[in-house]
Amino acid sequence: MGNSEKIKTEKLNAWFGQKQALRDINLSIRANVVTAIIGPSGCGKSTLIRTLNRMHELVPGAKVSGRVLLDGKNIYDDDVDPVQIRRRVGMVFQKPNPFPTMSIYDNVAAGLKLMDAKKGPALDEVVKKCLQQASLWDEVKDDLKKPGTSLSGGQQQRLCIARALAVNPEVILMDEPCSALDPIATAKIESLIRDLSKEYTVVIVTHNMQQASRVSDYTAFLYLGELIEYGLTKDIFENPKNALTEKYITGEFG
Amino acid sequence: MLSSYRFRRFKDKIAYVLCLLCVIIAIIPLASIIFEVIARGAPQLSLHFLTANGLEGGIGPAIQGTLILIGLTSLIGVPIGIMSGVYLAEFGGNKYASVMRTINDILTEFPSIVVGITAFSIVVVGITGSFSPLAGAAALSFIMIPIVARTTEESLKLVPTSVREAALALGLHHWKTIIRVVLPAAGQGLVTGTLLAIARIAGETAPILLTIMGNTYFFQGFNQPMDALPLRVFLNSRQPSVAVQAQAWGAALVLILIVLTLNVCVRIASRRQFRK
Repeated sequence: MGNSEKIKTEKLNAWFGQKQALRDINLSIRANVVTAIIGPSGCGKSTLIRTLNRMHELVPGAKVSGRVLLDGKNIYDDDVDPVQIRRRVGMVFQKPNPFPTMSIYDNVAAGLKLMDAKKGPALDEVVKKCLQQASLWDEVKDDLKKPGTSLSGGQQQRLCIARALAVNPEVILMDEPCSALDPIATAKIESLIRDLSKEYTVVIVTHNMQQASRVSDYTAFLYLGELIEYGLTKDIFENPKNALTEKYITGEFG
Repeated sequence: MLSSYRFRRFKDKIAYVLCLLCVIIAIIPLASIIFEVIARGAPQLSLHFLTANGLEGGIGPAIQGTLILIGLTSLIGVPIGIMSGVYLAEFGGNKYASVMRTINDILTEFPSIVVGITAFSIVVVGITGSFSPLAGAAALSFIMIPIVARTTEESLKLVPTSVREAALALGLHHWKTIIRVVLPAAGQGLVTGTLLAIARIAGETAPILLTIMGNTYFFQGFNQPMDALPLRVFLNSRQPSVAVQAQAWGAALVLILIVLTLNVCVRIASRRQFRK
């Protein structure tokens, strides 16, 4: 409970063309915990996390208003380079998306290699450490030269997590990271998420309520682009204050 | 009941035979051309014929000229074509790009004789002051650029958005994402497009007719007239001497073999892409 505030959104609105996807979101995300964002399809969950590392604006016609404070500094200020923000706030996507032409090693090393021209033993160390953190090292340590796409879906997703960790971010955003995976791979990723929150601030979007209750410390419930309820996961699931939240949690709609 | 079934089977057969006939009709001219060129051209082929200059009865200068033209044209056309394709695919969401895309499509099917006259009046008259390989390459790159740009755009569009997003979310700049992640992922498509464009320009006659003029001797310099295979076929076939006409058949066969080889390479390159 004593964790400090890492990200804070203030009157955050987002649009795709004329369609408004987020309405006046005020959310305070704490450091070194897992925050889950839940809600029915199309409620703006993915849009919300994509505004947190300025990926939303890459979609043609997309717009944002309001403020997103990362350690107190608005990432939408004119003097902020989105590229720098994305290094501090990493992202794992819904479908595993390793770079198709790169080996397992190069996938993990990509950020450092292409950005800082880092190489040699120092880079080997980082790659090993990140693959270990993503609990993939033991499975791939003898095949680092093989293409990243040769791995199974669950392994590819852990590879993508290792790739995101390699640039040493402060926050990791995960957009339904298990929706394309089988139950065993999902369980691995979930325990990984728990471990990661010791060192990183994790925000995970999920449409799976059991998953939210298993992995997260805090939960935010979104409906039609509005933040309906936000609090400790335990409270949201056991004692929701809002009638809408209760209906969604109990499966009356969604 | 049974008779109507038979009738339908009969109609089915008729349709099948008609389709087959059409295919045969379409293939006959092509097959007869290839047969004729091989029959008349093959007896010409010898080391002497392929390497000697025009005075000694060879087509060495023409083969050398075609290779030089392919090299020079690719040097101009491939970088410009690929970069145009990158622009259209990666930054092509605006109205300028859609205008450019339309112009590019028109250029792909542009009458090549007009391209030849343009290169003649700009490069031959204005720059080199003589028929020259440079003028030929300029004309041919005019034909090559739109083809390469189009195939580059198409193969870049096949690279999933999720791959671009992965790179951008790592904090890579857009240009680095394109060069190090998107272009390699589209690599086979770029190779295929370039080879197709080379096959196309290797056989073009009209643009080089007005720009390189032809030469009996080997390469004389970048501002001197040069020979090329399609040009040699054209010039020799208009001569009265039977021996010289026979050389045209030989040159035609060599040209067909070059284009055929390039097409086989395209097949291999694109098959690799699909296997991935």
